[in-house]
Amino acid sequence: MAYVAVKGGERAIDAAHAWRAEARRGDPAIPALSTGQIAGQLGRAVERVMAEASLHDPELAALAIRQAEGDLIEAAFLLRAFRTTLPRFGAALPLETGRMAVRRRISAIFKDVPGGQILGPTTDYTHRLLDFSLLDDPPPPPAPRAEDPPGPMPRVATLLEAEGLLRPEPPGEAPPFDITREPLAHPAPRDARLQGLARGDEGFLLGMGYSTQRGYGGSHPFAGEIRMGAVTVEIIPDELGFPIDIGEIVLTECQMVNQFHGSRTEPASFTAGYGLAFGQADRRAMAMALLDRAMQAAELGEAVTAPAQNPEFVLAHADNIEATGFVEHLKLPHYVDFQSEAEAVRRLRAAARAEAAE
Amino acid sequence: MKGYNFAYLDEQTKRMIRRAILKAVAIPGHQVPFGGREMPLPYGWGTGGIQVTAAILGPRDVLKVIDQGADDTTNAVSIRRFFARVAGIATTTRTAEASVIQTRHRIPETRLRADQILVYQVPQPEPLYRLEPSRAAARRLHALAEYGAMHVRLYEDIARLGQVAISYDYPVLVNRRYLTSPSPIPAFDNPKLHRMAALQLFGAGREKRIYAIPPYTEVRSLDFEDHPFRPHRADAACALCGSRESYLDEVLTDDRGGRIFVCSDTDYCAGRAA
Amino acid sequence: MSEPPLLQAEGLCLAYGAQVALDRVGLALWPGEVLAVVGESGSGKTSLLNVLSGRSTPDAGTVLYRDETDASAEVHAMAPPRLRRLYRSEWGFVHQDPRESLRMDISAGGNIGERLMESGQRHYGAIRATAAHWLAEVEIDPARIDEPPRQFSGGMRQRLQIARALVTHPRLLFMDEPTGGLDVSVQARILDLLRRLVARHRIAAVLVTHDLGVARLLAQRIAVMRAGRVVETGLTDQVLDDPLHPYAQLLVSAVLRV
Repeated sequence: MAYVAVKGGERAIDAAHAWRAEARRGDPAIPALSTGQIAGQLGRAVERVMAEASLHDPELAALAIRQAEGDLIEAAFLLRAFRTTLPRFGAALPLETGRMAVRRRISAIFKDVPGGQILGPTTDYTHRLLDFSLLDDPPPPPAPRAEDPPGPMPRVATLLEAEGLLRPEPPGEAPPFDITREPLAHPAPRDARLQGLARGDEGFLLGMGYSTQRGYGGSHPFAGEIRMGAVTVEIIPDELGFPIDIGEIVLTECQMVNQFHGSRTEPASFTAGYGLAFGQADRRAMAMALLDRAMQAAELGEAVTAPAQNPEFVLAHADNIEATGFVEHLKLPHYVDFQSEAEAVRRLRAAARAEAAE
Repeated sequence: MKGYNFAYLDEQTKRMIRRAILKAVAIPGHQVPFGGREMPLPYGWGTGGIQVTAAILGPRDVLKVIDQGADDTTNAVSIRRFFARVAGIATTTRTAEASVIQTRHRIPETRLRADQILVYQVPQPEPLYRLEPSRAAARRLHALAEYGAMHVRLYEDIARLGQVAISYDYPVLVNRRYLTSPSPIPAFDNPKLHRMAALQLFGAGREKRIYAIPPYTEVRSLDFEDHPFRPHRADAACALCGSRESYLDEVLTDDRGGRIFVCSDTDYCAGRAA
Repeated sequence: MSEPPLLQAEGLCLAYGAQVALDRVGLALWPGEVLAVVGESGSGKTSLLNVLSGRSTPDAGTVLYRDETDASAEVHAMAPPRLRRLYRSEWGFVHQDPRESLRMDISAGGNIGERLMESGQRHYGAIRATAAHWLAEVEIDPARIDEPPRQFSGGMRQRLQIARALVTHPRLLFMDEPTGGLDVSVQARILDLLRRLVARHRIAAVLVTHDLGVARLLAQRIAVMRAGRVVETGLTDQVLDDPLHPYAQLLVSAVLRV
């Protein structure tokens, strides 16, 4: 029967997978990519995949990128599905970003800050000209090193808080919410919101953050500080009872400083939006900080008018793995529902014709 | 399967899901939030149904998976193979032989028994989402049983078109309390929900909700006394088995308007044609 | 007035930070009676309406409502479902902006019918007939039953809102500047309509307005508010023609032009 052909069947699925595998490898005359090459030379892609998968593992992220042929959302999905199957040993202690081994640190709100401004390995001031010399792959000349080791670099937010200019964050007592284990309920608390943003789609965060700068949820942000560098991760194993160092990870942290006009009960002060991302990810951390601040609107008594200020809207649509699944599920067969719609349309048209004939 | 627990999910997760299922059974039609996990299938492709199935499967279960009523549609094949691989259980295409049936968009034509469980894949568990996009607000409406807006939608259809124009995912009131989405089954299937002998479980993975209709529960499709709910099917007979009772798929056979109708439930059709 | 009051408030206090919205306010409303709460903006009259109707909670004080079964209950102690049931049946609201209670893209019939469907009516023909009847009652051509209020003028929207509020035969109506923002001629027609309907169906109402003309036309009694306090209450004519409190005298002499 003709109709059987449109229904997939196991053989079609197997053939599709085989074809995909062949296409993934590409021309066998060209050497295959190693995960080491991806992790070492496509670091920004690896960091984005780790963030959106919410799993810090550069090698597995590189494998996912290779398996996904560079489709970073697909790679994040592969890595996140793997993450779900992992046992959990415990939670890390809060990271001390104030004690970061800083590679980059800039503040846009002070000409100079204690510890100094450090540009670090940024592309900010490169001219965006295609560099054809990369085609020949010459080794880059060695980058100059600072002669003196940098001094202590307190976080700019800490300096503002000390003066009372920045609204203090009350320390949380309860263990933080965990969006990977518990369903999100709205209104979501800030810890849950930050987690949702931390693994949100970078393009979505960027677009929504951008919208706040264009008047959709007016904020007046200043980049208080962006710092990037290695931070020690510590855990307290149950059997030891004291913290041990289990390694370090590179993070970008952003504090956006926004004006808050104050209320009847509170004098005016600045408020902060917070962003944190794996690796060197200014764009991601800054967009996250803009959104974190925008989503505090209701709590600060500001009018909630724009999409970026609506936590339910932002968090329900930021996850690219949920979004891509649901958008792409439209290619699954829907012919039963379509059939019922078609019958309904025919019925309505017949009724209209009958009425017209009367 | 090596490296994975029976039926993929770890036992702790299964227990969490079973607790949600028990709560769902205790409050028929009420959406219970659960800590949905990422599955190795995309969201929207049955991750909720798969998690429910994974949490209730035992080694002696016999699983049937259908999509659009058919066992051989690609996604049904893919999900059946997933469970055969990660749980090593027996699978079947025969409705009568299955102890667990996972479905997308249909209820089998064959009457289900009390020793069977029907697991629905649900893309959008919130029946009010088109009227009230905020889930926080919708939850309040459920708590207060404030469903006037949904009736207004039916009223508007009748006022404008002379009849209710919802043809699938037709809202139902479960146990006279909760307004519930039956998942995108054709309205034709709605009467089968009512007082079904089998336990009906609904899993929405992306939206992280589970709900249930316990056996023999009253399920009413919303309607008006003077415009009672009416299930519809194509006015034709199956080209393969001749059925005039089953739900039919329409298959275009050429580009000159040629078409045939065949049963959407492939097992039912094969059983009759044999 | 041997009958007990329908709504009785005592000792209501409400403050936002340092700003006092209500200061020991008490009042009573009897069945079928229209009470106007008048005062300048910021006098606390809208806060009072919100507290009386259970939409905001006072810092102190009580509001007792005596329902259809003659049972009295404190409004703010009611479980939300019970309060919502009152909103859907025994109480009605008329807001200054009809968009607060109308669905602008749903037909006029659907807007009126929603209240009936919410209280359990399931007969399409009966719902539609009732909606058509109430359209006529508020002087909207029943032929427009399938048009959405988006296509209506401001005055028609206000009349549709009134029809929606009255369709469940409420015993108590809360009105907040029901003719605010409308042209004078449109206002007059709506006031006339309200007066007729409220009297015919013997509906009690709390009417908040800054317009003493509106109060004179609709209300039997008046409460004058200033800075969160009721400074004078009495029969409408008495208060408007012979105010006792100096502020009421000032208000009447300054504003009243009817």
